[in-house]
Amino acid sequence: MYFLYSITALALLISFNINKNKTIKAIKMAYKKLAKISPAFLGLIILISIVLYLVPEELISESLGNNNNFFSILLASFIGSITLLPGPIAYPLGAVLLKEGVTYMVLSAFTTTLMMVGILTFPIEKAYFGTKVTIARNALSFLIAIIAAIIIGLFFGEIL
Amino acid sequence: MKNKLIKTGAVLLYIIFVTLSFIFGYNPGKQIGRNFASFTMEMIKLLPFVFILIGLFDVWVKKEFIEKHLGKNSNPLSYLWAILLAGPIAGGLIAAFPVAYSLFQKGAKMSVIFTFISAAAVCRIPMTLFEASFLGIKFTLVRLLVSLPLVIISSILVGNFLEKKDYKIMKG
Repeated sequence: MYFLYSITALALLISFNINKNKTIKAIKMAYKKLAKISPAFLGLIILISIVLYLVPEELISESLGNNNNFFSILLASFIGSITLLPGPIAYPLGAVLLKEGVTYMVLSAFTTTLMMVGILTFPIEKAYFGTKVTIARNALSFLIAIIAAIIIGLFFGEIL
Repeated sequence: MKNKLIKTGAVLLYIIFVTLSFIFGYNPGKQIGRNFASFTMEMIKLLPFVFILIGLFDVWVKKEFIEKHLGKNSNPLSYLWAILLAGPIAGGLIAAFPVAYSLFQKGAKMSVIFTFISAAAVCRIPMTLFEASFLGIKFTLVRLLVSLPLVIISSILVGNFLEKKDYKIMKG
């Protein structure tokens, strides 16, 4: 996050030095855009607060740890799609699961869908790009995650 | 209108549920309330800065520039730019959507937008470093080498299809 803060501060400073009025206009635009999309963000936060309660970390570890077949990949992709874990939580969790014997391909399915497929971010994505695009992008991302998982499985010798 | 009413009702119900949970000590509801508070904080720490950067982008970057490099008549390098642009994005998809929308407004084509969003998901630099240190560099490399080409190919297919059908994404 500090990277983001420094970049924003630096950009603002440079912009302000070049053109004061344009910078003020930029901040006004930022505020307007943020205000416009904030209801969608409220929806997102409400959904996340509920799903995080329904799908705690223990449940994720339990479901992924079972057996390592294609069903696990599907399950991992499904869990990855409906949850939204920040990276600093997701990857350490992945490392723990790996030690417990979860395969690389299941982990790959989980982390890729976690990052790419967003059922929870649906309200936001829809607000920007409409329902059709949102569904198309998420469905394709799900597919990509499965393909990537299978290739990872082949590469690490976990299938065949 | 009706849709809006349902949404407002749902939000109100949620607020009442969480408030009552805290008053009567109902644990699931309290946990949900705490989740709400912590995620709201995350958003407050992230969104204002992302949107200020978007505002600066809107003001300073010329439409012609984006059109030339990321627009309909840009060369295949545009996909590389999309991926590089996504690399330092903080906050994942949540931050990528508004940025992608600004790019779109400035004339970037759909396939580039799709590539940008997906790249922000699969190969952000901070996350990739995180992943490599926890799951191993081999895992990260294979995952990137497999998913990035798939991302570009599927983005081109879907983007061109939507543009041919003249799909309008203007909304927010």
